[in-house]
Amino acid sequence: MKDILQELDNRRAEARLGGGQARIDAQHAKGKLTARERIELLLDEGSFEEYDMFVTHRCTDFGMEQSKPRGDGVVTGWGTINGRMVYVFAQDFTVLGGSVSETHGRKICKIMDMAMQNGAPVIGINDSGGARIQEGVSSLAAYGEVFQRNIDASGVVPQISVIMGPCAGGAVYSPAMTDFIFMVKDSSYMFVTGPDVVKTVTNEHVTAEELGGALTHTKKSSVADGAFENDVEALTEIRRLVDFLPLSNREKPPVRPSFDDVERIEDSLDTLVPDNPNMPYDMRELILKTADEGDFYEIQKDFAGNIITGFIRLEGQTVGVVANQPMVLAGVLDIDSARKAARFVRFCDAFEIPLLTFVDVPGFLPGTSQEYNGVIKHGAKLLFAYGEATVPKVTVITRKAYGGAYVVMSSKHMMGDVNYAWPTSEIAVMGAKGAVEILYRSELGDAEKIAERTQAYEDAFANPFVAAERGFIDEVIQPRSTRKRVCRAFAALRTKKQTKPWKKHDNIPL
Amino acid sequence: MFKKLLIANRGEIACRVIKTARKMGIATVAVYSDADRNALHVEMADEAVHIGPPPASESYIVIDKIMDAIKQTGAEAVHPGYGFLSENKAFAEALEKAGVAFVGPPAGAIESMGDKITSKKIAQEAGVSTVPGHMGLIEDADEAVKISGQIGYPVMLKASAGGGGKGMRIAWNEDEVREGFQASKNEAAASFGDDRMFIEKFVTQPRHIEIQVLADGHGNAIYLGERECSIQRRNQKVIEEAPSPFLDEATRKAMGEQSVALAKAVGYASAGTVEFIVDGDRNFYFLEMNTRLQVEHPVTELITGVDLVEQMIRVANGEKLPFTQDDVKLTGWAIESRLYAEDPYRNFLPSIGRLTRYRPPVEVAAGPLLETGKWQGDAPAGETAVRNDTGVYEGGEISMYYDPMIAKLCTWAPDRGAAIAAMRAALDGFEVEGIGHNLPFLSAVMDHDRFISGNITTAFIAEEYPEGFEGVTLAPDALARVVAAAAAMHRVSEIRAARISGRLDNHERHVGTDWVVFAQDESFDITIAADHGGATVGFADGRRMRVASDWTPGDQLARLDVDGSALVIKVEPVPSGFRIRTGGADLKVHVRSPRNAELARLMPEKLPPDTSKLLLCPMPGLIVKVDVEEGQEVQEGQALCTVEAMKMENILRAEKRAVVTKINAGPGDSLAVDDVIMEFE
Repeated sequence: MKDILQELDNRRAEARLGGGQARIDAQHAKGKLTARERIELLLDEGSFEEYDMFVTHRCTDFGMEQSKPRGDGVVTGWGTINGRMVYVFAQDFTVLGGSVSETHGRKICKIMDMAMQNGAPVIGINDSGGARIQEGVSSLAAYGEVFQRNIDASGVVPQISVIMGPCAGGAVYSPAMTDFIFMVKDSSYMFVTGPDVVKTVTNEHVTAEELGGALTHTKKSSVADGAFENDVEALTEIRRLVDFLPLSNREKPPVRPSFDDVERIEDSLDTLVPDNPNMPYDMRELILKTADEGDFYEIQKDFAGNIITGFIRLEGQTVGVVANQPMVLAGVLDIDSARKAARFVRFCDAFEIPLLTFVDVPGFLPGTSQEYNGVIKHGAKLLFAYGEATVPKVTVITRKAYGGAYVVMSSKHMMGDVNYAWPTSEIAVMGAKGAVEILYRSELGDAEKIAERTQAYEDAFANPFVAAERGFIDEVIQPRSTRKRVCRAFAALRTKKQTKPWKKHDNIPL
Repeated sequence: MFKKLLIANRGEIACRVIKTARKMGIATVAVYSDADRNALHVEMADEAVHIGPPPASESYIVIDKIMDAIKQTGAEAVHPGYGFLSENKAFAEALEKAGVAFVGPPAGAIESMGDKITSKKIAQEAGVSTVPGHMGLIEDADEAVKISGQIGYPVMLKASAGGGGKGMRIAWNEDEVREGFQASKNEAAASFGDDRMFIEKFVTQPRHIEIQVLADGHGNAIYLGERECSIQRRNQKVIEEAPSPFLDEATRKAMGEQSVALAKAVGYASAGTVEFIVDGDRNFYFLEMNTRLQVEHPVTELITGVDLVEQMIRVANGEKLPFTQDDVKLTGWAIESRLYAEDPYRNFLPSIGRLTRYRPPVEVAAGPLLETGKWQGDAPAGETAVRNDTGVYEGGEISMYYDPMIAKLCTWAPDRGAAIAAMRAALDGFEVEGIGHNLPFLSAVMDHDRFISGNITTAFIAEEYPEGFEGVTLAPDALARVVAAAAAMHRVSEIRAARISGRLDNHERHVGTDWVVFAQDESFDITIAADHGGATVGFADGRRMRVASDWTPGDQLARLDVDGSALVIKVEPVPSGFRIRTGGADLKVHVRSPRNAELARLMPEKLPPDTSKLLLCPMPGLIVKVDVEEGQEVQEGQALCTVEAMKMENILRAEKRAVVTKINAGPGDSLAVDDVIMEFE
């Protein structure tokens, strides 16, 4: 009997060694951890329940029958992050380069099915050379099966991809369909076609890092939502992100005990908006001073800095924040910022995360590059996202709210639940100078008269009260009391229920 | 007494004067420029008058504008503070003419002490010790040797037109005078086209020590001890203290009496300061007299109990001094640290911007001392005082137009050691964010052995920080305390994290007791055992430290008790740990489970990423201003140029230290996205 039990231990030990010590050392030499080490860092200590440890591939072509490593290049199972359940798969580069076989794919599909059934997030750690060529179309089928589950799980459970090695070719489309992609600097890359093919086809010389490294995807392509220095930091920060997310669309966002005072007054916010309307200020300060404990998990920090997106907590509960950033491009809306914010808003709405919007927007960015690239449809994405969102929506206008961009930014007209404005806000079709140039074109030669007209326009519209008179603003609030007012607004919206007409799904302008 | 006082100044000194005026029941009038519209002194005053654009030359020092403000408000007296119009004879005369009291000395005293040569002459005549030297021009080396012999070695040979060290030489004997005289003369001729030379005593191991005098208009004058102001950076005072750790009673008395003699000689009536340079043998020489309230006057107030501003106002009102020299007793020790908006890590580059956080330590009055204005008996042991003179507030703006001083933090205690310790604690608890500031440097000086010993000269900073300030490395004991604190705080954070909603019942996370703490390139294996109100941290070498604190996650300032003594640290969460600032040190402390620590050690060391050597235009826009030139070295964060886009001005800053090699765009140029504005080496 003892021998039989011992046999299990022996088999486990063999499986845990993955591709063997030499390959583990090689992985470490590259600054990368193994699949099992990564899972250890991601999950609460000792909480990992591994499945399918003994799965092996069934391929007999090209000598594959000689090498049947246990686990088949991916480690799967579930565990907890601060006691909350998550499903996880981690590709094991030490085993056949983490290549995807039919059985490898099936292992991933198994835990994704469980995650959807039981309502827990899926965290995928990608470190794979790609399809297992020896298996041919079976390998492609495996990808397809995973893709389908990514799609089915979208909006049901949060899906997070962490790219910690190569992820190339068709493989990129699985992470692409998850909610968040994070990368590790210098040791991960993602692309559809690699540098060699690029060179052959387009004669461009580009390194893997330039083509699809963490900086490329966080700054240029916006494929990735964040980049980290190394494996340890990345996984620590994924734990932090999971603490903000609900486990599934059946649950409310989590609540964590908070030590921050709901009634905290921040006098310094009274001077946040400068006297000079053309001076920028840092909207991040308002976010940090509103959030519980100043804790802000920013998404897509390095892309489209003219809009800020991320998670905070109010009274311990997760809230998604979207904010124009006057420090970058005056906080203008453009193609990139609209796309970035729209995707974030839709994630929050899918998972019942209330939305807080801070507005200081001078309008949409003019120019041929914007129009040629379709700012009409891209801008509409954010409008659409806000308009379809049924989660509690609270909006605070701090300064400019001009034109169509005002309407887009979670205005009352887009079913904003509670819309506040600071006394410094200006809600108007456009700035005074522009308006006067259109309204009094004939007087443009007369500087004195124009100055008079501008002043008159400013007096009439450069304030929140015209909008407040019409009920488009529910209340004008003191900047210092923003946290308290916003917390109370969300408190009153905890029981919000809003239904929309039945439809199969909407047709957001993609 | 006056009913209304106008303060012709701004910032902390305006606030300081307003406080005393209010205490005396005098209404106050502030004046302000456009840049100070929202300033603290404007808010504190009963009335405020706008006097023009931001530059002081168009507002605070325009006499007519101040006179208008006086007329407009009916102020009966004016306190000029320091700087600006405080030592301006014309201003004092204008006030006199208008029948408004000047809270300062008579115009004549300002004039006679305002000129270096005249003041030295008057001082000499009043029997004040001056730097021995020869005022007249010296013909040749022989005369130079003769005069040097009379002055006494070492001597300084100085070019009359000199500056920047050129044409200057120190000579310790006859030969050196002979040699140096000709060399300096040639150098001066070459550099300035003027080879006139003079000779002065060279003061070795110089200290800057000054005497506070107070005189009334009835012929009474007293001195209120000295202030040691030797801790200076490029002639800018940084730390002052009273009394001086160097003076003995006899020297103090001699300096004080000479200062009083000088005050009487010029018919002084107000608070004034006589500055001396003191050598290693306690020889002291007159430098100049400042006919105004000094920046560092609080340290004198703290050890004498005299409110100098109140006495200035009373004297201006024609009152007699309410006490005599015999009443003056110096009690305890006071230190002042000047908090400047200057980034010590960037060679003290001025830093401007918004104070996103400004929380000075809580002020603690020096017992009944300041309350009653009476000072008697010895200071009770263990008593400390904290005073912070400031003109800013959280959310306020540090502008480029004025002095970069944010605050004057003073501590008082019965003795110097206790006053330094109190200053260390006060600095640790002083929160300033949003701009660069010298707080870490001040903390470092408070921990510097030579400063603690009191063996300081005006060259202290230049000698001890020749390469500038490079931060503080915590000594082993201090580091261990920080490690213990971080471990305890991490435990609190992790336990809270494990209490999130939605946990799998009965399968909760158990926060462990064994941790590895990484700090300053070292790692510490520790175990932590919680008890009521704190935790005990055990180190691998058997040391144990008990940490008690009411810190909770989100608190940016942690007040802990580590092994029975206070530890105050600034805390900011980073992945797996904290950024901690204390005692001038700024370090990241990571707390990991033993297994995580093992894996973290496998992570590669990464060099800071090489950022681009080009400054690209981040948006389509118009170049409004270029702040640098080709060939110029720029520091990280330094403004390079301003781009206007969407009618907003965006300042582009250097991402790292670099040399500008080429500038491709100038003001007025309209650029597209990613156009190259400038290139770096």
